[in-house]
Amino acid sequence: MPQQISIFAENKPGKIERISGVLGRNGVNMRAITIADSGDYGIIKILADRPVDGCNALKADGIAATLKEIVAVKIDDSPGGLHKASSVLSKNNINVNDAYGFTIRSSNEAVFVFQVDDVRKTEKALGDAGFTVLGDNELYFL
Amino acid sequence: MFWNREIETIDRTALESLQFKKLSKALSDAASTPFYKKVFKENNVDVKKIRSLEHLKDLPFTTKADLRLSYPDGMVAVPRSEIVRMHASSGTTGKSTVIFYTAQDIADWADLIARSMMASGTTRDDVFQNMMGYGLFTGGLGLHYGAERLGCMVIPASSGNSLKQIQLMQDFHTTVIHITPSYALHLGDVVSEQGVNPPDLGVKRAYLGAEPYSEETRNKLQEQWGLTAYNSYGLSEMNGPGVSFECEEQCGMHIWEDFYIAEIINPDTGERLPDGEAGELVLTHINRAAMPIIRYRTRDLTRILPEPCACGRTHRRMERIKGRTDDMLIVGGVNVFPSQIESVLMKIPEVGNNYQIVLDRHENLDRLHIRVEIYSKMFQGDLKALERLKKKVVEELKALITVNPRIEFLEPGSLPPSTGKAVRVIDNRKI
Repeated sequence: MPQQISIFAENKPGKIERISGVLGRNGVNMRAITIADSGDYGIIKILADRPVDGCNALKADGIAATLKEIVAVKIDDSPGGLHKASSVLSKNNINVNDAYGFTIRSSNEAVFVFQVDDVRKTEKALGDAGFTVLGDNELYFL
Repeated sequence: MFWNREIETIDRTALESLQFKKLSKALSDAASTPFYKKVFKENNVDVKKIRSLEHLKDLPFTTKADLRLSYPDGMVAVPRSEIVRMHASSGTTGKSTVIFYTAQDIADWADLIARSMMASGTTRDDVFQNMMGYGLFTGGLGLHYGAERLGCMVIPASSGNSLKQIQLMQDFHTTVIHITPSYALHLGDVVSEQGVNPPDLGVKRAYLGAEPYSEETRNKLQEQWGLTAYNSYGLSEMNGPGVSFECEEQCGMHIWEDFYIAEIINPDTGERLPDGEAGELVLTHINRAAMPIIRYRTRDLTRILPEPCACGRTHRRMERIKGRTDDMLIVGGVNVFPSQIESVLMKIPEVGNNYQIVLDRHENLDRLHIRVEIYSKMFQGDLKALERLKKKVVEELKALITVNPRIEFLEPGSLPPSTGKAVRVIDNRKI
């Protein structure tokens, strides 16, 4: 099951510089980054090729970081692509807590990455509807 | 102006003999309670052998911890049916310190407050707006009953809701207020923001209490509001407000010595100090049937001014409180011990030991910040969990200490390393 790195960060300058420095020095490559902000503090979420190593490196540097399970589903990089996948979620009454997406240059595809309460149920619903749900290695090495 | 000229100007010899008479009764009442029965026995105290006021110094002290030990009613000296009221202050371990009153105790207390208010010129012609909290806290109801006894028209406004307070002042022509000094400063600013010049409201007199403040703050308030401000002192263990009050001279608070025997001690040795020397105030309540308290250590630092006052009252005065011998904080008029905050935070595993308590003053109001470091092991990776944690800390603290804290989450390493002493308090307020 794929994981992303979630990092607690106070809302002040230099945060991303520090985090990207630690990951870069440890040879961890980022696929996507997003920030959820709550005023004084926020959570930085990173999709990386080696999430466990990245998270450990951040923790060793004194940063509050943890791994969070996510669902990553392949969708068409065309109008209505995300709509098809999200229809499956709503039909199954699955609430998306937090999400982001990115496209894959080599193909006409995109990846929709999101957090839900029940990862297994969500993966099954999408799989049953014919979507490709990405496992960790598939996702990290796209 | 005198409420009871005879007792307020009584000569010292007569006052001391009255004190001794009341002390003897208080001691025999106390000896009937489970708490003092035990304490007197353990310390070989025979109350019948106390034959002068001087002997009081041989009796053991009573502390806040004793009050908690005797919770809820180990110090009560009358049958339950005689009790008509209780008040309480919050406790460090969840247990409150509770004080009980008979109908006569409440009436006597009201009389003492009426005396205190009249000493600075308040009469039945005044409109009194009471902006202290009502409820278990003694500040609100204490002055309320006293002002009614005096015959004022009382507006039981309680604390907070500034716009409503201002409207009440305007609509009912308030002439006297009872308020914490920090709230008075804040309210003055709010009045100005409304485009009203505070002196135009016509408030003549303010009774300030429930928190320490400086002479400079008094001067500032007097100028801001165009009123005369008087200090008051009290603590729930001794009824509440009314232990000592300033007269029109505004130079020290008269301790009502027909109700209380005041001593100043060296807080380290417990030894009694002569008048004029600074130390811890120790009070014996000699006018409360429901709950006599002997030699209570207030933890407040002051000194007694023995010189006669120009007003003619013979009851000695005490200086404004200079500080405390313990770590008690007063936040917006509410007494808070760091250990209370600690007890709440320690129960929340995500918080643990990594916190700091910061007090500051914003627009003249006290603010309590709890700063918590977020470590990997307590971090679940989403905002919702952090918001839940924040809400939990706020609710638990509010329930225990009635103060609404602001929670700040910090990255690891933001706070100075723990020095072994768990409680870390930073008080940035300037009194």
